Amino acid sequence: MNIHEYQTKDLLKHYGVPVPPGRVVHTDAQAATVAEEIGGSRWVIKAQIHSGGRGKAGGVRVGNSIDEVRVIADEIIGSLLVTHQTGAEGRLVRRVLVEQASNIVREYYVGLIIDRATRRITLVASAEGGVEIEVVAKQTPERIIREVIDPAVGLLDFQCRKVAYKVGLKGALLPQAVKVMKGLYRCMRDNDAIMAEINPLAIVDNGQLLALDAKMTFDDNALYRRPTISELRDFDEEDPKEVEATGHGLNYIALDGDVGCIVNGAGLAMATMDAITLHGGRPANFLDVGGGATPEKVANAFRIVLQDPAVKIILINIFAGINRCDWIATGIIQAMRDQNIQMPIIVRLAGTNVEEGRTILSTSKFPFIIASNLNDAAAKAVTEVNNIVQKVVPLKKEHS
Amino acid sequence: MSVLLNKDSRVIFQGFTGQHATFHAEEAMKIGTKVVGGVTPGKGGTQHLGLPVFDTVEEAVRETGADVSGIFAPPPFAADAIMEAIDAGIKTIVVIADGIPVQDMVRVERYRLGTNSIIIGPNTPGIITPGVGKVGIMPSHIYSPGRIGIVSRSGTLNYEAVAQMSELGLGQSSSIGIGGDPVNGTDFATVLKAFEDDPDTDAVLMIGEIGGPQEVDAARWAKKNMRKPLIGYVAGLSAPPGRRMGHAGAIISSESDTATAKIDMMEALGMFVVRNPADIGATVLRAIKS
Repeated sequence: MNIHEYQTKDLLKHYGVPVPPGRVVHTDAQAATVAEEIGGSRWVIKAQIHSGGRGKAGGVRVGNSIDEVRVIADEIIGSLLVTHQTGAEGRLVRRVLVEQASNIVREYYVGLIIDRATRRITLVASAEGGVEIEVVAKQTPERIIREVIDPAVGLLDFQCRKVAYKVGLKGALLPQAVKVMKGLYRCMRDNDAIMAEINPLAIVDNGQLLALDAKMTFDDNALYRRPTISELRDFDEEDPKEVEATGHGLNYIALDGDVGCIVNGAGLAMATMDAITLHGGRPANFLDVGGGATPEKVANAFRIVLQDPAVKIILINIFAGINRCDWIATGIIQAMRDQNIQMPIIVRLAGTNVEEGRTILSTSKFPFIIASNLNDAAAKAVTEVNNIVQKVVPLKKEHS
Repeated sequence: MSVLLNKDSRVIFQGFTGQHATFHAEEAMKIGTKVVGGVTPGKGGTQHLGLPVFDTVEEAVRETGADVSGIFAPPPFAADAIMEAIDAGIKTIVVIADGIPVQDMVRVERYRLGTNSIIIGPNTPGIITPGVGKVGIMPSHIYSPGRIGIVSRSGTLNYEAVAQMSELGLGQSSSIGIGGDPVNGTDFATVLKAFEDDPDTDAVLMIGEIGGPQEVDAARWAKKNMRKPLIGYVAGLSAPPGRRMGHAGAIISSESDTATAKIDMMEALGMFVVRNPADIGATVLRAIKS
């Protein structure tokens, strides 16, 4: 789960990480009031959406007077911000963070990740602040400093000093750097984050370190024990179909093709998408119905897949282990009947109770296209979808 | 395969009297798995499925000589259950739970250091040695005894591969799911080594997916150390970057995380690679005939 920048900064402040004075607002009038309250002569107005690249998209701007702050806030709030992560449709900005602007002397990167190779939290730092760490890792990997943290003792002062020295945070900055790194670590550990980064961590002209931007991602599997983090969830930033799917115990991710997919198991769901792609088709979604799928759950899966208007056919691929093919088939029939589905449905069933499942499908009145294996299923799906597309294209030509 | 689950393995289940553990313990016993009891705190001294129930794993090990444990505790309690098994000296710990907080696994892996325990999972269908037994939730009837070792991150994709192999008359020495989580107890390379040393295995199929360095690390290890044919597939060719594809660990975070990057690297390291998931069985057959 991701949260907004202002929420991350509020959290970090509690852990002793210095952030610029500022507050989140929902209107231009509030923006002006906050700018006056926090004081100073320049302010930064930052769009609060779950996306990187806000600056380039015009979502981070500086105001040199209270009036300018008001005007800029008015322009940003309610606008659609298009970044490299939002897609062409952009994301509606509902609130902005108004902060005192800082005079930046130098920028650094400090972050924490869970490193899969060492199976530990790792501190990552670089003197290349303000640049995405992935870019630094690619272009100048030698400029990235790493320190692996032993969970039994946590991040130690000397480790912070080692890293700080290596990136060039020395002298009076050293104790501040240690405080920032330890604060970030404790915040990650105490709140079950899986990623935390301050980018940039800046030296400002009074010689202080300040976290000018920060991002944290939290472990969905640990939210049950982090109620204060769960409350920070912003459903406006998530795909409503994905939220609904999660509510039904389904794992759904929208893609941009036209072959709807309903599969059990994450690995088989990915493989099914791959097989469709290799046959020249385009999957419309990833959907894992999970284990122990009831007929209701299968019917819900249909409902969610069909909310995508691009879907022209549906491919169902089930290899039942703890699932039951007869329950899946019952769910398919239920969906066909209740949701009045007219498009071609390709079904491949295998595993537990497969014969019962096939009988339920073949004795129904619906014209299912039955596939014998994965390859057959993908091939039939792509043939069907091509038939539909070919039927549509000549019509368009006649009108043009 | 003798390393993780063999005919001498003595198996207990933690969370034994729960609905899932009961069902899967019964299924395991039906195919001959030597289940010797189970643990449910607070129910020690009772019987379940005709077997003794203990309050602690320590007691279960002392009374039954168990060396394998299948953990069916739900995610919030799984880390504690795993560490209890490590503390009691269990050698093979199979963790079924899907949804254990990743920092819990970071702590578990630290706790395991210096012990002889091997953790399989979490988020795994488990281990099956056809003809000997299983600790897990996979449908045992699709597997058959044979000489191909399988190691996979995904459960259902493992079943898919087995079905394709069965059509070609290929059986399995053992099938091991290492799980779909970002921090897991056993990586591909560790299982490859076990199969390389196993006299009952002729070739190994590795089924990976997007995210993390494990597949390529394993391929590098195999290039140096493995003589048996190694076949590899990586799911997620069509997965978009930055999205978690069902499994907590299946996410493209960098260029090296993509299916294409991994497959290309595996091929460059001399493995037999499968690009179309429908060709898994055929590729295994080609590899063992080569």
